[in-house]
Amino acid sequence: MKCNFADSWLQGYFDGELRGRRAAEFERHLQHCVDCAAELVDLDLLRGRLQLTQLYERAPASLRRTINAHLHPIAPTTAPSQPLLWHWLAAAVLLLVAVVVSRVNPDLRSHDYQAELAGEIVDMHQHSLQPGHTTGIASNNVEVVSRWLDDRLRFSLPVRNFADEGFALQGARVDNVEGRAVAALVYVGGGHLINVFMWPTKEPDRSPHSGSLGGYQWIYWRKHTVEFCLVSDAAPGDLDRLHRLIAE
Amino acid sequence: MSELGLEDRERFEQLVLPHVDAAFNLARWLLRGRADAEDVAQEALLRACRFFRGFHGGDARAWLLQIVRNTCYTWLEKNRPMELSMEFDEEIHLQTCATPETIAIAGDDRERLIFALETLPPRFREVLVLRELEGCSYKEIAAITSIPIGTVMSSLSRARRQLQFALANSSHKGAVREM
Repeated sequence: MKCNFADSWLQGYFDGELRGRRAAEFERHLQHCVDCAAELVDLDLLRGRLQLTQLYERAPASLRRTINAHLHPIAPTTAPSQPLLWHWLAAAVLLLVAVVVSRVNPDLRSHDYQAELAGEIVDMHQHSLQPGHTTGIASNNVEVVSRWLDDRLRFSLPVRNFADEGFALQGARVDNVEGRAVAALVYVGGGHLINVFMWPTKEPDRSPHSGSLGGYQWIYWRKHTVEFCLVSDAAPGDLDRLHRLIAE
Repeated sequence: MSELGLEDRERFEQLVLPHVDAAFNLARWLLRGRADAEDVAQEALLRACRFFRGFHGGDARAWLLQIVRNTCYTWLEKNRPMELSMEFDEEIHLQTCATPETIAIAGDDRERLIFALETLPPRFREVLVLRELEGCSYKEIAAITSIPIGTVMSSLSRARRQLQFALANSSHKGAVREM
């Protein structure tokens, strides 16, 4: 049982795509159409179910690596007229050389690693700005967020709310950075969303350093066997303040 | 080997690379598997790189997703042509693929939802994924799928109804089964 609006305006209204006169007209219709009202409730239930299930699947790190390798070739490849097999062999040799060079030269590796990591972190941050992807748990209760993360990660991490200092905790997510699960705490400060990514490490402490990518600022540091990376389009001063609060 | 100059490459990295997840996610749902999705998303991204000089601003995500979608359909036509022809007969499709029994067998809610979504015809599945998972506007969906906005609306309506139908029946059967 459905009315004539079910296939058109009802969907548009539900998706927030109906504006002005049309929206007003549909709302008038809604006041006396039981079918449309019931259908709206059903659509809302369906959307809730789809979002709760978190069906979004992120790209594997290997895909990013392939594309990065394509964009940043290490040396000129063989001439295009050569047979395909040789083309691939040459690529394989280059890859091997790259691996060996990066092992021999830790500075080079560390530079590439940071660039790649910053890229992934900024990607994650951008992703989290999309509706429905900001938090896995939305809560400003430190204990609730902490427990939620403990249930999903094999490590424990510090969770704090800095609402009094101007950075209100919004909740947390679990993201995948370079193939490992990381915790992301979500704050809002100065009207901007800030992600604080954290994961355990065996590397020694490291003083903070920062950078920017695609209009986003990041600050990275290591302390007490935890790696931290803050990212946001908030003012650099705000980001620095939050960094000091966390690192205290 | 990258075909782009330094400046274009930086633009590509700024505008297109942030949407690698979106590219992979769309391919994953259109092809119903991660391994094929990775191959096809990779091919699409390399194509995007090749065609990037022809991109003169605008919505980079929609531009990329359009390429991903076309690459997926080309792949489906070549590797699983049946899947594309099935969609013309929804009745048969529902009977053979997403009967309540098969869905009920699929177990918990997440699996049930994935299964129900995957059994929708690709053209319905894609509008749902773009709208519900990717958060695209009708205008963006129309640009990505090259269908008019009115058709986006009616496709969404039919896609949602089919999904509701499949899920409602599966939970009903699930309840009967438990009794």
